[in-house]
Amino acid sequence: MGRIVNVIVAGLGGQGAIKASDILADAACRAGHDVKKAEIHGMSQRGGSVTSDVRYGEKVLSPMVPRGEADFLVVLAADQVEMNRPMLRDGGVLIGPDFVDEASLPNRRSLNVALLGALSHHLDIPEALWLEAVRAALPDRLHEVNRKAFRIGREKAAAPRPG
Amino acid sequence: MQKQLLSGDEAVALGALDAGVALGTGYPGTPSTEILEAFAEAGGRAQWAPNEKVALEVGLGAAFAGARVLVTMKHVGVNVAADPLFTAAYTGVSGALVLLTADDPGMSSSQNEQDNRRYAVAAGLPMIEPSDSQEAYDFLQAAIALSERSHLPVMLRMTTRVCHSKTLVERRPPLPPAPPPNFERDIAARVMVPGYARPAHRRLRARLAEVQKENESSPLNLWRRGDTRLGIITCGITYEHVLEAAPAASVLRLGTIYPLPVDLVRAFAGSVERCLVIEEGDPFFVEQIRAAGIAVEGKPEMYRFGELSVERVRRILAGDVSPEPPPPRATPPRLCDACPYHPVYDTLRRLDCIVAGDIGCYTLGVMEPYRAMDTCVAMGASIGVGLGLRHVLPEAQARRVVSVIGDSTFVHTGVNGIVEMIYNPPPTGHVVIVLDNGTTAMTGQQEHAGTGRTLEHEAAGKFSIEGFARACGVPQVHVIDPVSDPKGFEDLLVGRLAASELALVVARRPCILAAADIRKWDEQIAEKAAACGAVCGGC
Repeated sequence: MGRIVNVIVAGLGGQGAIKASDILADAACRAGHDVKKAEIHGMSQRGGSVTSDVRYGEKVLSPMVPRGEADFLVVLAADQVEMNRPMLRDGGVLIGPDFVDEASLPNRRSLNVALLGALSHHLDIPEALWLEAVRAALPDRLHEVNRKAFRIGREKAAAPRPG
Repeated sequence: MQKQLLSGDEAVALGALDAGVALGTGYPGTPSTEILEAFAEAGGRAQWAPNEKVALEVGLGAAFAGARVLVTMKHVGVNVAADPLFTAAYTGVSGALVLLTADDPGMSSSQNEQDNRRYAVAAGLPMIEPSDSQEAYDFLQAAIALSERSHLPVMLRMTTRVCHSKTLVERRPPLPPAPPPNFERDIAARVMVPGYARPAHRRLRARLAEVQKENESSPLNLWRRGDTRLGIITCGITYEHVLEAAPAASVLRLGTIYPLPVDLVRAFAGSVERCLVIEEGDPFFVEQIRAAGIAVEGKPEMYRFGELSVERVRRILAGDVSPEPPPPRATPPRLCDACPYHPVYDTLRRLDCIVAGDIGCYTLGVMEPYRAMDTCVAMGASIGVGLGLRHVLPEAQARRVVSVIGDSTFVHTGVNGIVEMIYNPPPTGHVVIVLDNGTTAMTGQQEHAGTGRTLEHEAAGKFSIEGFARACGVPQVHVIDPVSDPKGFEDLLVGRLAASELALVVARRPCILAAADIRKWDEQIAEKAAACGAVCGGC
């Protein structure tokens, strides 16, 4: 069976963690993968912790990423990083909220899409499909802001590390 | 046809559309809420009932008339609907009636983690359970077909992880349409006086025996032939965890939860050296399989609590009963910063009230800094529990007791408590505060009878909370905005607590998350009414 890519998106209610995972799952689906996505809503709108698991590949079984098996952990709130770190596998990639400078974003509410941009650098999904998924998930008036945010994250991840 | 990435809830809704479901009804409750919303959005006819009992009764009436009906609720909603449910098993249906129960193992947003597979046995109704969204779509259609074949209501059980996980779904050709609804008198089948109910019970058992026979070879059950040293019997989402944790094992995935296909289980258990039942929640299969004289292993008791996962299934397979790593310390939810309930809870805390609480966002008044809730048990329970406390507490304590209930919860089952209150008033009187934020906020801002708008936000008749209380004979009924007049709210409450009268205070202010939408919907309704009035002159 082919390798499965495991991603966890975490944040606080209202930050767009679930929206980000929707976009990722849609992009993976557009790229022809089997995809599953799991999260708990319910109380999430009231500012509590939110995590959403996305798994894609040839054939996905459980929709939930087992502890210690996430390849990527995307976190939107600084205080949610440590709590979710045990989900990451050895050598897995953490993309935290400080990965992009919020001030550089056209709208700070696009942090979720900016971090997806950073994630996209690591994944084998064509950029055009990412942008289609971003477009499909958001109202027209937010397209330009989020397209820019996605590019900012993606370019930052592609840039050589300082030092 | 192209596959779509859908949640289990969305898939059920699409399945209902393609199965020709004529009416969807229910009451919002996580994780079932999105089903009726998605069904309406896809073009189906869906409506919110005041509570699950009424929803099931409306559904039953429509199914008596020959229609295909879907009734949705969360697991605890079935408790409310249980009265008509058990006797609907006797009456049976002429069309198709599917009751969807959305269970919440792990209690992501519920007050208990009851396992509603037990209801199938208790009521004597067929139950089936899907493992992913494709099956949610397929099983809804299978449930409709089974209900039509067996003339029994059918329970479709899902759990939070199936309801809210998204997986790929391919649509199938629609079911052939049902004949148009038509009333055919069948008094002996539908009037459950003892003389008709006695044969009806025998008829139910005979119908169940037919379904049991059918389940033995049902395509809803999957036998995955693998290594014969280990066989695992499972159902629902746990099937997916099992495939991942034990890829080589033989697996029997039961899609037919009840009646149990005993011969199939016996054959499976006989084909493997070690047969293990891995099921989330109660030892439901284990008990039935053992009662049938088939030797199987169950899971250790510690795995009865909470959801299962790939990790937990691995532990069960390894016989590991060592303590599990503690769950991460998640940030708890809290009242929104601009929630209109802050001044209410601030007052309740400062007055040191004994608060009989209820179910909704406002249950979060129990959190810091208020800690202003002392009981929360079931929908509508705040009023009865508050009255009970008042009846027996010493007077000084009794005077501090307040029942706090939300608007949607009041419509759901709060009304019964008001009837009790005027009939059996405590000597110190009582004070009920209805937190009316104009929406069913907790589950994602659904409409209810008190908002005066339908599920799809169109104009509807409006239930008046204060009008109801006055009509019941509550002597003191007040409406106040606790945000614009917090001092007035506090003075009012102090005065009502000091008096030995019955009082109902509606603390009315729209939910901060819903306020803009509520304004938009009301404007749309007003525009439509104006456009209509221009044509008809204001009918």
